[in-house]
Amino acid sequence: MTEAERTLVSMRGIVKSFLGVRANDDVAFDLRAGEIHTLLGENGAGKSTLMNVLCGLYTPEAGCIFVDGKEHFFRSPSDAIAVGIGMVHQHFLLVPVLTVWENMILGDRAIPSVIPRKKVCRRIEELSTQYGLAVDPEARIWQLSVGEQQRVAILRALYRGARTLILDEPTAVLTPQEARALFSTLRRMAEEGHGVVFISHKLDEVMALSSRVTILRKGRVVGTWRAGEISKAALAEQMVGYQVPRSENPSPRGGEETLLEGRGLVVQSDRHLPAVRGISLELRRGEILGLAGVAGNGQRELCEALVGLRPLEAGELTLRGRRVTGAPPRIFQRQGVSYVPADRMGMGLVGNMNLRENVALRHYWREEFSRWKEILRWDVLGAFTEELVRRFRVQTLSCDVAVRTLSGGNLQKLMLARELGLLPSILVVQEPTWGLDVGATQYVRDQILEARNRGAAVLLASEDLEEIFALSDRVAVIHQGRLMGVSDNPRDLGEERVGLMMAGTPLGAERGEGHA
Amino acid sequence: MEYLIPIMAAAVRSGTPILFATLGELLTERVGVMNLGLEGIMLMGSLSGFWGALVFSNPWAGIALAVLVGMALSALHAVLCVSLGANQVVSGLALAMFGTGTSALLGKNLVGVTIPGLPAAPLPGLAELPWVGPILFSHDVLVYGGFILTAFLAWFLYFTRGGLNLRAAGEAPRVVDAAGLSAVRLRYLYTILGGGLVGLGGAYMSVVYTKMWAEMMTAGRGWIALALVIFGLWHPVRSALGAYFFGGVGALQLRMQAGGTTVPAPLLMMLPYVMTIAVLFVIAVRKGYAVSLGAPRSLGVPYHREERDG
Repeated sequence: MTEAERTLVSMRGIVKSFLGVRANDDVAFDLRAGEIHTLLGENGAGKSTLMNVLCGLYTPEAGCIFVDGKEHFFRSPSDAIAVGIGMVHQHFLLVPVLTVWENMILGDRAIPSVIPRKKVCRRIEELSTQYGLAVDPEARIWQLSVGEQQRVAILRALYRGARTLILDEPTAVLTPQEARALFSTLRRMAEEGHGVVFISHKLDEVMALSSRVTILRKGRVVGTWRAGEISKAALAEQMVGYQVPRSENPSPRGGEETLLEGRGLVVQSDRHLPAVRGISLELRRGEILGLAGVAGNGQRELCEALVGLRPLEAGELTLRGRRVTGAPPRIFQRQGVSYVPADRMGMGLVGNMNLRENVALRHYWREEFSRWKEILRWDVLGAFTEELVRRFRVQTLSCDVAVRTLSGGNLQKLMLARELGLLPSILVVQEPTWGLDVGATQYVRDQILEARNRGAAVLLASEDLEEIFALSDRVAVIHQGRLMGVSDNPRDLGEERVGLMMAGTPLGAERGEGHA
Repeated sequence: MEYLIPIMAAAVRSGTPILFATLGELLTERVGVMNLGLEGIMLMGSLSGFWGALVFSNPWAGIALAVLVGMALSALHAVLCVSLGANQVVSGLALAMFGTGTSALLGKNLVGVTIPGLPAAPLPGLAELPWVGPILFSHDVLVYGGFILTAFLAWFLYFTRGGLNLRAAGEAPRVVDAAGLSAVRLRYLYTILGGGLVGLGGAYMSVVYTKMWAEMMTAGRGWIALALVIFGLWHPVRSALGAYFFGGVGALQLRMQAGGTTVPAPLLMMLPYVMTIAVLFVIAVRKGYAVSLGAPRSLGVPYHREERDG
C-alpha cells in the first residue's frame, strides 16, 4: 500500500439518534490520505450527523472510529482535534465579534496563557501564503465576506494541525467562481496528503471534485463508488431512491401588465445598515421574476420592503398603478400581496399554535370566517384548513397539533397553502425549497408555477441557481443591495455570467472591457 | 472646591460594594449567563460576612465566608440554568427573593450588634498627595482591591487565553465546544466566581461600610449593579466608573441631608434610583448600536451541545 492510499480514518457501525429518530443507522465510512471523498445525500440523510460524530461534537450510541488504524473514542472535539481531524462547519462556527487570530487559537491549549499576539499572527500569515488562502489576522469576523469567513474556518482547521479536513456543504454560500477557487485549494491539500471529506447534495460539483463518493439515504449507506464509475443520473437516483421527475418552467414568457413596481428603493437592515441601495424592479402579471444572489446581499430586506413590511428610506412603490409608499402592510395584503418568508418559524408561522390558528392569522378578516366581523368561526376555518391540508398534501396528525411538530417540508407546504388559499395576485417567495427533500421541492415548485399560470406576478428569491434557472421567466441578480442586471432571457445568460454578477460584476461589464 | 474632597472620597468607599457586585455580574454575563439574583446574593453575603466576622472575631473570616456563600448560591443558579436549561430570569428572580427573605429571617438576632470592621490603611506616600491622596488612597484594603480587580479583569478579558475563552463562551458556546473547550464548564466556572464577587460586595456593606447588620441593608444596590453592567457595555473599566458614580450619588445624598438642606429627605433618598432610571433611559435611547455590539450574543440563552440548531 502506498503512502497516498493509506487509510486515515475509518468509521464502523455508527448509530446516532435524535428524539428516537435514527439519523445514522449502522454507517461505515473510510477516508484515505490524498483523496477527496464526497458524502452525498439529501437534506436529512445524516451526512452532517455522521461528520459531527467524527469531529467529536456528537457522541454515537454505537460504533467505533479508527484513526491511523488505532481505535479512538472522542469525548469532545478536542479529542478529535488532537488526532488531526478538523471540521469546517456549514455555518463555519466562528465568533463574529472576535478577530481572525482570536478565532484561530480559541481552544488551543498549546498557546501560553498570556497570548503572544504577534507570533500567532505571523504563523497565520505563513499558513495563509502556503495554501493561497488570503486573510487579515487582525480583522473581525463580522467584517468579512462569507467567502473570507470560510477561508478563516479552513485555516483554523489547518492551524490546529488537521490532516483530515471535513467540509460541510462549503459551496452553498459561494458564487460559482469562489467555489472553483475553493476546489483548487482542496485539490492542493489532497495532493499534499491530507484527506478531505466533502459534504454536498449538488451533483455537478461532486462529479467535478471527488475521487470517491459515498451516498447516504435516510441514515444508511447506499454505497461507495469511485468517481468515473457512476453517472450523474445514477448518483441522483441512488441519492433519492427513485427516478426524479423535474419540474421546469416549460415556456418562459414575458409578463403582461405591471402589478407591483418599485423605483429607487433604499432599505435598511435590522442593524440599521444599508441593505438595499437603490433598486428598481417590476413584477408583471403571469411571470416569475427570479432574484439570484449570494445569501445576505439584501434579498430579505428587498422582499420585505416589496410586501410593505419594512419601511423605505427612499424610493416609491406602486401597486396596480396606485402609490402605496409608506402604506401599512394591511393595504398590501388586501390588495392581494402574499409573502412566503425564508424564515419559516420566526416569521412565517407561530410554532406553538395549531394549524387552524396559523391559517387564521392570514385569513381571519375574510367575511366567511367571522360573525359580525369580530367573532371567529372556528368551524368554518377548521374546514377550510382541512381542505388546504388535503389539497397541498401537508402531512400532519391533525389540524389541532402545534405546527412546530411538522417537518420543514410540511411547514413550507402549509405556509404556501395558506398564502395561495388567498389567491394572491402578487406572490413574493424567498428560499421556498431550502432544506426540503426532492419530492417536497418538486411539489412546491409546481405550486409556484401554477400560481404564475393562474396569472399571479411572482418574485422568487433563491440562492439556488438551479432553481432560479428552472423556474424564472426573467432573472435579476442582486449584489450588496444593488441589482447587477435584469435579463429577459435567463437561458441565454447562463450560470457562468450570473455567477460573475453575483460576485459584483454588472451585466454587460464582463464583456465590455475588451471592446471599449 | 475643597469641600468636594470628602464627598469624592465617600463616593469611592460607598461605590466599592457596588463595584464588586458589578464586576461579578459582568463576569457572569460575559460567559453568557444572566444572574438577576444579585440583590439576594448580596444580602446573604452581608449577613454571612457579618456573622462570620462576629463569631470568629475576624473581619477576614467573615469576608471569606461571604464569598463562599455567594459562590454556593450562584452555583445553584448555574445548576438550574446551565445544566438543566431553566429560564435564567425566573431562576435569578427566585434567588433574589430567596436571599432577601432568608437573610431577614436568619439575621433577626444580629440587628443592633456592631463590630470593629476593617481598619483604614492609607497608602504611605500616595495618601499624602493632594486631591488623589484623600480621594483614592486613604481607604481600607478592599477599596484598593477593587481598583486592582478592575484593572486585572480588563487585562484578563482581552489579553489572555482564559479571557478569550470566557468571551467566546458568552458569544457562541457552540463554537467554543467545537474548538475543543467545554462551554458548560466555562459557564459554571465564571458564574460561580462572579457570584463570589457579589457575595464580597455584600460583605463589604456589613463588615466594612456600616459595621452592622440590618434587614434589606443593600437597599437595591444589587439591582443598580445589574443596570451598571449594561451601562458599562460589559467592559470592566466603564462599569467601575459607573459604580463609583453611583457611590457618589449615594454619598451626596447623605451629605445634603446632614448639611440640613430644605429638600425633604425622602426625595433625596430617591436620588440613586432616579439616577438608575435615568441611566437606563439613556441606554435605551442609544440602544441600537452600542448595546447590540457590547452585549454577549448568547447572553441568557441556554446551551446544549447535542441540540440541533436549525
